[in-house]
Amino acid sequence: MTNESSRRTFLLHSAAGLGATWISAQWPSMLAAATHARQAAKSAAPAKFEFFTPEQAVEIEAITARIIPTDDQPGAREAGAVYFIDRALVTFASDNQKDYKEGLPELQERVHELFPSLTKFSAATPDQQDQVLHSYDSGAPAGGRRRQRAGSQSFFETVRQHTIAAFLIDPDSDRRGNSGGVGWQVIGREREHMFQPPFGYYDKDYPGWQPAAKDADKK
Amino acid sequence: MTPEQPKYKTSDEVDFVIIGSGAAGGILAKELSTNGFRVVVLEQGPYLTESDFSHDEIKVLGEDLLTNHPKLQPNTFRKTPSDKAKQQRAVMYGRLVGGTSVHFTANFWRFHEIDFIERSKIGPVPGSTFSDWPITYSDLEPYYTKVEWEIGVSGLAGASPFDPPRSKPYPMPPLPVKGSGVIFERAARQLGYHPFPAPMAILSQPRPGRSACVNCGFCLAFGCEVGAKSSSLVAAIRVAEKTGRCEIRPNSYVHRIETDANGRAVGAVYFDEKRNTHLQKAKAVVVCANGAETPRLLLLSANKQFPNGLANSSGYVGKNLMINSGAIALGLFEHPLNDYKGFAVSRISHDFYELDAQKLGFVGGGGLDARFDMTPINFAIGGLPPGTPGWGKDFKSALSHNFNRTMEIFCHGTSLPVENNSFSLDDEVKDAWGLPALRMTYKDHPDDLKLCNWMAGHAMELLDVAGAQKKWTFPVGEQQFAVHLLGTCRMGADPKTSVINADHRTHDVKNLFLCDGSSFVTSGRGQPTMTIEALAFRAADRITALAKRGEIAG
Repeated sequence: MTNESSRRTFLLHSAAGLGATWISAQWPSMLAAATHARQAAKSAAPAKFEFFTPEQAVEIEAITARIIPTDDQPGAREAGAVYFIDRALVTFASDNQKDYKEGLPELQERVHELFPSLTKFSAATPDQQDQVLHSYDSGAPAGGRRRQRAGSQSFFETVRQHTIAAFLIDPDSDRRGNSGGVGWQVIGREREHMFQPPFGYYDKDYPGWQPAAKDADKK
Repeated sequence: MTPEQPKYKTSDEVDFVIIGSGAAGGILAKELSTNGFRVVVLEQGPYLTESDFSHDEIKVLGEDLLTNHPKLQPNTFRKTPSDKAKQQRAVMYGRLVGGTSVHFTANFWRFHEIDFIERSKIGPVPGSTFSDWPITYSDLEPYYTKVEWEIGVSGLAGASPFDPPRSKPYPMPPLPVKGSGVIFERAARQLGYHPFPAPMAILSQPRPGRSACVNCGFCLAFGCEVGAKSSSLVAAIRVAEKTGRCEIRPNSYVHRIETDANGRAVGAVYFDEKRNTHLQKAKAVVVCANGAETPRLLLLSANKQFPNGLANSSGYVGKNLMINSGAIALGLFEHPLNDYKGFAVSRISHDFYELDAQKLGFVGGGGLDARFDMTPINFAIGGLPPGTPGWGKDFKSALSHNFNRTMEIFCHGTSLPVENNSFSLDDEVKDAWGLPALRMTYKDHPDDLKLCNWMAGHAMELLDVAGAQKKWTFPVGEQQFAVHLLGTCRMGADPKTSVINADHRTHDVKNLFLCDGSSFVTSGRGQPTMTIEALAFRAADRITALAKRGEIAG
């Protein structure tokens, strides 16, 4: 920005942007829509399962709780990941129904093989559970696979991706994930629909755009 | 859909039928209806507005709320014409009223003088159909200015020493700087580069009916809920509708351009939402369906008179596809940037726009931008450094620590035109309407890959100088997926080596015009939309002049 158009000037412009023009036009309908979605999400939260049996739901929830565990911060369990996955399997992820139907019994077989006294994943200790999950892929690193689209995946990879989506989906959507916005809280994303600069550490003392000395005489 | 919109009968021969309502189609609809013509716009996608847009990543990215549907409209891909094409998603474009301009990043760089005359300057390049444009930067300059003022572009004139001449400053100041922009600017200056505020098609000041950007953070790939992103939807279609002469007809999938015995276009044949077929009659047809669907439509329109496809006497329809080369470097910093707030890009550099081909051993050039464009789920799947566990305690703590501390440097570069790189009709795979699927054939010119590797190295150096705690990049490989769809019905003076002339009129069919990314002769440095829109404003002037002189009809 130029000297006269510094960040302060920008803030003024920006505030003007939220003035009469906009507020009289579309902002109220947008806020109404957001509120509606939030209420819909809330009223749907305690609903019953649409795909899983209660027994299956307990198992799936236990898996999600190892993918994003609860510590001093909420995890997948608090985000209601199992509710998200349940709805996903009758909506956008209906193609994955078979993965869950076949994958869960196979997971339970792995539990029994590794720990003969057990038949259920949810009955194992967290350490035992992690051992079972490591048997899939020794911990599929997340990095270096930018925006890869789902192809043929193991059951665990499917649950992993669904759990991540459940944890971080827009909490105002009607997908029953990120309950209470806890996922965004964990990653530090404020649950607001609009922001004002400065945004963070590096831009807070920015003096406004100045041409570099040598730029000025180049052309 | 406003009450002012006329409802034309399909049998009513309107002045123009425009196919596609995106970056080019929206502007042609606005200009031609404003100039007094009766216009029907046929758009294959739905008519969505601000209240339909959403921050739901699954709806937008997973269920293709705004984009073409791989299940309805499958693509196939092969590297060379001798390979067998495999079904895979090969292209992504906006499939709604407003087209790709609804969901794009909104980087709005003008082309520079060199982009139009590079072939003359560099000479021939082996393996490439490298050519000059039949127009120059100065022909297009008034229309770049028109885009900036009429559509709404924020930026700072004179901030880059590499900028081409301009007749007017930007209509509004640049958007605020982001943390990624400050980090980039400081490091780039240390290295002797010339970073500057990014010109963006996003409002920094309100306009009637449109808000300034509220920095909501769901920008790239999302529709703007406050009308700040200068899409054709908010900046052109609504103006066209207000003329009372333009009908926007959504859910209308054009699959043939009908011609008469004299070889003139008589109108566009389309499926409506219920898959009933209609012929919209028009005195002239303007195709703005994007660089993939425009050539596909011409090929689908083959008939006895035009056995190789409409307007394809050159054989160049669908050929010379350019998709722009690119590379990404990511960096992790000590303090929170909170770069998820706001639009994607606030600082760019054009220091690599014109490179010394002799010295470097490749032809091409590019630009860098500093950005963060990953929404939360996207970030968790693909934004962590290589080697980070994909689940468990360490995954969670990396997510928690890194989300606010990560930025990207995106390197955008040229694609050299290669004749075999193309869109064509697949022999086997059909879409949900029974039409041959779009087939993409693409193998990057070796110079494009060299350029990307070179730029990625410089982006990594920049992150290093900037003090990134971690930095990483991705191997540059041959591309198999395109969002920039360029060059496939190129403009030129010679009917043997081009599809349209400098007026966007096809060499073969007098009342058929094409305007979109397919018109490009060279690829620019990775930001095509500004030039698509400038071409559309210019095409509207040319077409209006021809129509007024009676040189289109009869």
